[in-house]
Amino acid sequence: MKSAVIIFPASNCDRDAQTALKQLTGKDPHMVWHQDSALPDVDLVVLPGGFSYGDYLRCGAMASQSSVMKAVKAHAEKGGAVVGICNGFQVLTETHMLPGALMRNADLKFVCRPVKLTVEETQSAFTRKYAKGQEISIPVAHGEGNYFADDETLNRLEGENRVAFRYAQGDNPNGSARNIAGILNEKRNVLGLMPHPERVVDPLLGGEDGKALFQSLIETLS
Amino acid sequence: MTAITPELVKEHGLTEGEYAHIKRLLNREPSLVELGIFSVMWSEHCSYKSTRFHLRKLPTKAPWVIQGPGENAGVIDIGDGDACIFKMESHNHPSFIEPYQGAATGVGGIMRDVFTMGARPIAMMNALRFGEPSHPKTRHLVEGVVHGIGGYGNCMGVPTVGGEVNFHRSYNGNILVNAMCVGLAKANNIFLSAAKGAGNPVVYIGSKTGRDGIHGATMASAEFDDASDEKRPTVQVGDPFTEKLLLEACLELMATDAIIAIQDMGAAGLTSSSAEMGDKGGSGIELDLDKVPQREANMTAYEMMLSESQERMLAVLKPGREAEAEKIFKKWELDFAVIGITTDTKRLVVKHKGKIEADMPITALSDEAPVLERPFTPPAPKHAPVKFDKSKKLMDSLVTVIGSPDMASRRWVWEQYDHTVMADTVQKPGGDAAVVRVHGTSKGLAISTDVTPRYCQADPFEGAKQAVAESYRNISAVGALPLAVTDNLNFGNPQKPEIMGQIVAGIDGIGEACRALDYPVIGGNCSLYNETNGEGILPTPAIGGVGLMQDVHRMATVALKREGDALLLIGETKGHLGQSIYLREVETREEGGAPPVDLKAERKNGEFVRKLIESGRVDTVHDCSDGGLLSALAEMAMAGNIGVDAGVAGTTVDAIPFFFGEDQARYVLAVPAKEADKIEGELRAAGIIHAIIGKTVADKVVRVEREGEVSLATLRKAHEEWFPKYMSAPHTN
Repeated sequence: MKSAVIIFPASNCDRDAQTALKQLTGKDPHMVWHQDSALPDVDLVVLPGGFSYGDYLRCGAMASQSSVMKAVKAHAEKGGAVVGICNGFQVLTETHMLPGALMRNADLKFVCRPVKLTVEETQSAFTRKYAKGQEISIPVAHGEGNYFADDETLNRLEGENRVAFRYAQGDNPNGSARNIAGILNEKRNVLGLMPHPERVVDPLLGGEDGKALFQSLIETLS
Repeated sequence: MTAITPELVKEHGLTEGEYAHIKRLLNREPSLVELGIFSVMWSEHCSYKSTRFHLRKLPTKAPWVIQGPGENAGVIDIGDGDACIFKMESHNHPSFIEPYQGAATGVGGIMRDVFTMGARPIAMMNALRFGEPSHPKTRHLVEGVVHGIGGYGNCMGVPTVGGEVNFHRSYNGNILVNAMCVGLAKANNIFLSAAKGAGNPVVYIGSKTGRDGIHGATMASAEFDDASDEKRPTVQVGDPFTEKLLLEACLELMATDAIIAIQDMGAAGLTSSSAEMGDKGGSGIELDLDKVPQREANMTAYEMMLSESQERMLAVLKPGREAEAEKIFKKWELDFAVIGITTDTKRLVVKHKGKIEADMPITALSDEAPVLERPFTPPAPKHAPVKFDKSKKLMDSLVTVIGSPDMASRRWVWEQYDHTVMADTVQKPGGDAAVVRVHGTSKGLAISTDVTPRYCQADPFEGAKQAVAESYRNISAVGALPLAVTDNLNFGNPQKPEIMGQIVAGIDGIGEACRALDYPVIGGNCSLYNETNGEGILPTPAIGGVGLMQDVHRMATVALKREGDALLLIGETKGHLGQSIYLREVETREEGGAPPVDLKAERKNGEFVRKLIESGRVDTVHDCSDGGLLSALAEMAMAGNIGVDAGVAGTTVDAIPFFFGEDQARYVLAVPAKEADKIEGELRAAGIIHAIIGKTVADKVVRVEREGEVSLATLRKAHEEWFPKYMSAPHTN
């Protein structure tokens, strides 16, 4: 699997994504600068966590206007895989590559802690190595991860099995609608999620529950 | 030209004597700009005039020290070509006035100190002291400071991995916000601030200059009164996005060999950065302020020289390398301007709109800055033994202690900090020390901040020793070798002989402990005048320690891991209840002397424990400090969700002082049962006092023979509940 990690000026999980991809694929991903207008030939694009352009406006709003996002959109339209983690998820909703919006956490505080998730959907390139209903623990670290969409959109996401991950009952860290932690697009080649799978690919760092996400992609895209 | 009146001199915080000295040095009256420059360079904050004489006594050298005090931060060698750069600094006064921005810019400032030397910041810590919880301002200050630290650090993508939070009424009007940054660099690529050579371009990089923070350094060198809220305009505003750009751009420039010297613009901004670089390089600096990127219209030379706008750096480049550097800063969309040149005159010359606004010898600002040997009264340490009420129930007291403001879980705080970004945090907040892996290796850096101000109040010398000893212990308890410290000396008004006595005793105590433990001081910061309406804070010499472990797979944590382990207490328990948390929380008395610190025992016990961890024989260790032995056992049990069965066999000390006394140099280890005898034998052979005090059990309780038991659920509720409950209570003001 060939991959690329996009670097916005204040991305700060770009190195973490790079390290995880290198560890699991054996190859260094391409690191792509936000001002680039073309992507290298890759199977997977990662939009990493961080604060893209400072995010003093809505998180990801400015990043959605960047030249690299036009290329990422084109990549997805051709069926290429895209995963947006944390700030990357925010960028994907701002770009309308995924529906809904991520609002400030319900308690208005940044939250960094491991959360329990359930894997809701395994029929995707991102989740096939998990078991349906499997409970996993992956950390979150965000101030604006409160997923919101209107009822019609939420019903549609659920009806089309596009909710990939939910916060386990009682462990919703941000007030997200219907405990949604990660969703797929219609074509199921774009995933956005608030938790950070790249931070848990090593038992020393508190677990390996993030590994299966990357392994699913490797199996699908190699 | 503005006439320099005595009122103007006073407003600038200079004494009549100091002003007379300035006139002698210049051989004339200073201009207003020059007066402003002297005022900040000679302020306590920049010149360390009250402490410099005493700070010279601190041990600062060791074979592994690459750079001691005097640069932006200290540097130690951690092997394999890597260096660790770190420093702790206060942002106390601004944080009291405007907690969010004060704390945020404190974080930004200390990060710049570290990356200006060529390091990528890899971990942050914060030592925070607030007033008593019932004070009407406390909740608002806690909220704002924690939010500000998170707001800045989280955006920078540097994990905030721990620190301290304490409450005491002496901080009601003067909180302490001490931020520590630890960075990683290549040992052969460290950047210093000496602007050597003449004719080299002086470049300005980062944010534009505005009118914010003018005279921040002077404010930080004065006491507060009730009108201090009016000083809000002197608090700077942080912009972590720009800092993140500055960090990446500086590291990119540092990968070239274009830089001669670089220094961040912190306190006193352009003034101190240019003066210090010229001073260290033995050169002169000529600045043309028309070239300075400005955020506001019609700024005067005075305002530009004294602005403390954040996220700015000053660098001296090799001639001809400007275009290459500019390209990097343009890529990161930062301002870049050549604003001056180095000269061989050893003078700081400031030009603005065709006029020379300042022209002064640089040594007048540095070497000639006053060094005061202020009169001091040596403190009279308290020694009286304390009585205790034998009728108190031990297990009830444990619930009280473990749920008290200074002992309760700080989860509410550290969950607001991104502590796992960079994917190298191998020991998270809540343990004795945090551990971050050296990226791409198996080595780890252990970090801890420590001081027990109530001990320092009772006995400044012994209390300062204790701060260093506890740091040494916390680093050792995870299995790392303590290498060096940074100190952040927070005290009251040094013009009062009794406060100066605390400062001198504190520095002496740190010096004695650091010498005995081979734990040199490689940098630090003094914050004096921490008083409000004449009332000083508890003396608070915070110690930030860093240690190295060779293999993060062999690391100890506090969490109990197995049933049936033997609980081994290393170190002597005399039952010292003076100044203990127990006495304060259970009997509501702050009495007695500080626990004495036996530095030989600290070293011996620490080395013994570290070797057990390094050899992989022990993985569960907790130091015994605040709250004594029983609190340590309860914390270990809660963290591992495994019970404890303990007793006091073989001691003549009563149960209350035995379990709640805060004797030093002690560790609790959970040792696999089959190893216990062997380790005990080794302890006997080494002459280390120790005792098996119990074992780990399946029952989810902490049980003490003849005293009863308390469930982990009850303990956890008390321990976890206090902070969120306090912070969510309705505001009283």
